[in-house]
Amino acid sequence: MKRTTYRGVLAAAVGTALLAGCGGSGDGGSADGDRTVTLVTHESFLVSDDVLDRFTEETGYEVRLIKSGDAGVAVNKAILSAGNPEGDVLFGVDNTMLSKALEADVFTPHRAEGLDRVPQEVRLDPEQHRVTPIDTGEVCVNYDRAYFADRGVEPPQTLRDLTDPAYKDLLVVQNPATSSPGLAFLLATVGAFGEAGWRDYWEDLKANGVLRTEGWEQAYNDHFSASAAGRDGDRPLVVSYASSPPAEVYYGTEDNPGQAPTGVATGTCFQQTEFAGLLDGAANPEGGKALLDFMLSPAFQEDIPLNMFVRPVREDAELPEVFTRYGAEVPEPHRVAPEKIDAHRERWIEQWSSLMR
Amino acid sequence: MASLDVTGLTVRFGGHTALDGVDLAVAEGETVCVLGPSGSGKSTLLRAVAGLRPVDAGRVLLAGRDVARVPAHRRGVGLMFQDHQLFPQRDVAGNVAFGLRVRGVGKAAARERVTELLELVGLPGAGRRAVASLSGGEQQRVALARALAPEPGLLMLDEPLGQLDRGLRERLVVELRQLFDRLGTTVLAVTHDHSEAFALADRVVIMAEGRIAQSGTPVQVWERPASPFVARFLGFDNVVPGTARGAAADTPWGPVPLPPGTPPGPCSVLVRPAGVRLGEPRDADGGGLTGTVAARTFRGDHVVVLLDMARGPRAEAACPLRSAPEVGERVAVGFDAADVVRLPPA
Amino acid sequence: MAVPVAFFALFFGYPVAAIVARGLRPDGQWDLGHAREVLTDPVTAQVVGFTVGQAAASTALTLALALPGAYVFARFDFPGKRLLRAVVTVPFVLPTVVVGSAFLALLGRDGLLDEAWGVRLDTSLWAILLAHVFFNYAVVVRTVGGLWGQLDPGQEEAARMLGASRLAAWRRVTLPALAPAVAAAALMVFLFTFTSFGVIEVLGGARYVTLEVEIYRQTAHFLDLPTAAVLTCLQFAAVTALLAVHARTVRRREGALRLVDAGRTARRPRGAAQWTLLGSQLVLIAGLLLLPLAVLVERSLAGPDGYGLDFYRALAAAPDAASGFAVAPLAAVGTSLRYAAVATLIAVVVGGLAAAALTRRAGRLVRGFDALLMLPLGTSAVTVGFGFLIALDEPPLDLRSAWLLVPLAQALVGVPFVVRTMLPVLRAVDERLREAAAVLGASPLRAWREVDLPMVRRALAVAAGFAFAVSLGEFGATVFIARGDEPTLPVAVTQFLGRAGELNYGQAMALSTILMLVCAASLLALECVRTHRAGEF
Repeated sequence: MKRTTYRGVLAAAVGTALLAGCGGSGDGGSADGDRTVTLVTHESFLVSDDVLDRFTEETGYEVRLIKSGDAGVAVNKAILSAGNPEGDVLFGVDNTMLSKALEADVFTPHRAEGLDRVPQEVRLDPEQHRVTPIDTGEVCVNYDRAYFADRGVEPPQTLRDLTDPAYKDLLVVQNPATSSPGLAFLLATVGAFGEAGWRDYWEDLKANGVLRTEGWEQAYNDHFSASAAGRDGDRPLVVSYASSPPAEVYYGTEDNPGQAPTGVATGTCFQQTEFAGLLDGAANPEGGKALLDFMLSPAFQEDIPLNMFVRPVREDAELPEVFTRYGAEVPEPHRVAPEKIDAHRERWIEQWSSLMR
Repeated sequence: MASLDVTGLTVRFGGHTALDGVDLAVAEGETVCVLGPSGSGKSTLLRAVAGLRPVDAGRVLLAGRDVARVPAHRRGVGLMFQDHQLFPQRDVAGNVAFGLRVRGVGKAAARERVTELLELVGLPGAGRRAVASLSGGEQQRVALARALAPEPGLLMLDEPLGQLDRGLRERLVVELRQLFDRLGTTVLAVTHDHSEAFALADRVVIMAEGRIAQSGTPVQVWERPASPFVARFLGFDNVVPGTARGAAADTPWGPVPLPPGTPPGPCSVLVRPAGVRLGEPRDADGGGLTGTVAARTFRGDHVVVLLDMARGPRAEAACPLRSAPEVGERVAVGFDAADVVRLPPA
Repeated sequence: MAVPVAFFALFFGYPVAAIVARGLRPDGQWDLGHAREVLTDPVTAQVVGFTVGQAAASTALTLALALPGAYVFARFDFPGKRLLRAVVTVPFVLPTVVVGSAFLALLGRDGLLDEAWGVRLDTSLWAILLAHVFFNYAVVVRTVGGLWGQLDPGQEEAARMLGASRLAAWRRVTLPALAPAVAAAALMVFLFTFTSFGVIEVLGGARYVTLEVEIYRQTAHFLDLPTAAVLTCLQFAAVTALLAVHARTVRRREGALRLVDAGRTARRPRGAAQWTLLGSQLVLIAGLLLLPLAVLVERSLAGPDGYGLDFYRALAAAPDAASGFAVAPLAAVGTSLRYAAVATLIAVVVGGLAAAALTRRAGRLVRGFDALLMLPLGTSAVTVGFGFLIALDEPPLDLRSAWLLVPLAQALVGVPFVVRTMLPVLRAVDERLREAAAVLGASPLRAWREVDLPMVRRALAVAAGFAFAVSLGEFGATVFIARGDEPTLPVAVTQFLGRAGELNYGQAMALSTILMLVCAASLLALECVRTHRAGEF
């Protein structure tokens, strides 16, 4: 019987390996490499097919996409597999987790072509170029225009406004422990009130009846009164993205409305920038570099807004009309240095959790 | 050469020894019936021969070949299970043809053989019937046809008639006997019913606690049980310890006459019920044995009378219908030496 | 036996051990000090306390609501019973994100309850408990009801002939026979709710955290592997203990019970009391199970210009920049079906072999293996997902981005269902039938094909269908596993839900409805081949 067991295990292992081999060969593993470049990213990454085709035409490289989980998961996977990465390029590290990724040495430096056209304030690794900024956007409080217009109340504009009794029981936020915009909004308050003051601010918010949910989906779709889905929503203020109003128009059913159904409280924003980097130990580093260069090229940059609803980092990239017409300018978003975020994030979240309990 | 030759066969379950050095041979064309109480190891013997039960010691030769390393499905023996074990999802023909199909017999040939076998077992045209719709007797016939279909070198039957009612059993046993004689099949059957065994077998093997207690023709076994155990198993209750002294034996009842030529010494004494003579009690001091009727059982052509003997254990007597005494009656008891058998001591 | 053992060792044991070991031995040295720290942390105690408490409460509530349902399904015959039995199982395989949203619509502000009675249950413990009932109703109805329907009413009648009242007869005859099945169902519900993730995430608000959610947070967000490893071990210990108890009760249940054809024991309800019971259960099912499902359907149809199929048409639209998807979302249906088919194949082969091995061999080790097969149900998806990443990263087993990993992970969840379904049926096959085949000249393989297979074919179909539905709805592991191609249905649903705009939300609802219909269809197909001696599910 012993022998049978051993043989069986062997057969199973070989069988699976064979199966896996067959599966892998279809989409061309990075091993067969020179002509394939693999981009590791999160579930929300989207790019138009013709843009990728153009990359292949220009460079001869085929792009293979590997998506999994949200941005945090994608980055953590890269950290876990440091040195033996799943692909060549990682896209999706944002400034809230940047220093963790940099500390884990998952990237190989590369100064991408076109970096000169990117504003200084989003270049967060200016000396070593281990990561390249690709897109940027803000997490801000959105408001329901109709709600405030009907009541003749001015919508809030700043973080301080939100603690005003006039806006009592109107705001819904996400849990920073489980939601990326939730964390960004927490960081906005840290940026605005400092490490000493943010907790007092949240005490005030809590006293003013803030509602918290786990994820953006519940907050926006189920509680926010102006979202298309939110027929049952009762909260006219929600933490979302500066690009949510253009998205409402773009995915809405009314053509060319005078204004978006929602607006952005521009004094409540936190800037989130997404980066890409060449993974250390990449099977195809040359292809990876070419892909990074391409991601900063106008073709890719101008494809970003309508796919991922964030803005390209390139100053000269042209924005689609739905962004220029319905989007909001955020002149002074709140910021917190990446290394500071990395050092305190867990403690801030824990403090937030016990404060909001 | 014997069809089946078993030597020193031993099978243990955990601490219990189910078969303990069994020797048994079945000649070609012979029908042997293994007879024993439940738990005596007779089913285990069949399963060991069939290859369904691993053997701890001993050899099994089938047609002269040692089959120790031959798995059950290549031994070429047939086994009819106690409760038939027909395949419920197949119809009658599907069951009978099973052994032919797995041997790769062609469809037409198999169909022909199934028809032939169903006729043989008295179920012509039943091929399409569902197994669940069959009566007990019909199931038994289908099971038999299924076991016979591949023409096994040795056919084994485990309590073949066990679950059937008495009348059917008596009829089928005769049919089976005739069928085996006609086909010349070598048969090894096991049963706990001695009348079934006697009716079916050329030779009877009696098993007790994993060993063979006696082997012989039905007449030999019936006339001369080899031990008190065998005697009691065959249904004889008049077995008492005793000491043979020439023409009579001393027993707890008193003296019992012995057939001529019985060797002296300690023994067990068996008296067949038919050899117990009852009569009018003589004088109280007459010296003859007496008993009181404790119960009567009507057996059709005779009456079995249970006697509380003046001394010793109860005794059983078979009386003609008319002369049977009433319950409570006191009778004189005598023994007919021709119906007395000397057995080895218990 | 060898194949399932190898499968579990390679695709479950090894990856999970690797990720746990990475946490417990950060620098190649056992770090047990941290373990002590985590275990003595009051927050851990609080999390464990809540996890156990809500699981116990959910189990009690589920039993209270579903046991009458089990009786109704077992003993009554009414039109549409098959369809209803399939429908009540649909929630069990639906993704929680979708269900959470439906529940909020019912229980939240301006929800149905709020409008009718001014009751709001969102982000309350009640919402969690009711959602758990919603998911697990079918577990109780199928496990208990399945056995109940097969209990011989003759036994109860015999007790009544001996002078027992109707109630006493039920209490002394039926209840003891049923108790092990009830215990087994209760333990399964406890296991599912103990490891509840999606429901807590969506409905719990930030207030309620289970062990499973905490493991997810520590791993996926903070990459605090040491803490996650300790919590994983803690959860493993709890789940193993649960499974051990479950295995014991199941074994006792397989003891001698007089079982009869379930079709024979069911009849039309008689009298006002029985009609009331049936009616009340139907109302409960309608309110608790069908209403949330109906909300999803309603939302998928409620377009900007009244009801219509706009969102479904959008799903099928050719991919362009406007759709935001690289492929038509309807292709996700194809992807899901493909993955689920492969996962089902793996689950049926592995689960079938495991069940066959468990049937033929008894012994402590084998029983342990039986329980082991259930462990994936109690393991955080993120643990398995990250485990795959660091364990299967060297050739020839560099499976990290092989498409096969998705069906493999789904199969891990499907195998326990296959085993649970097949085992009772295989155990019911008389060993002597196989022997009869052997002495007629059939090799063991041939005997299995000729004897076992025809008898278990229907159970196999049931098991396959269940594995299929579960794979279809599986979300946890699927999101963590890297994939090159299109998303599966549940993943696509969450992608839509994660973006603003009416079209996105409507399409999410439409996709959910499609997912629901596909699940319901495969479950309904099962109802048609349901064996009389079906297993636990």
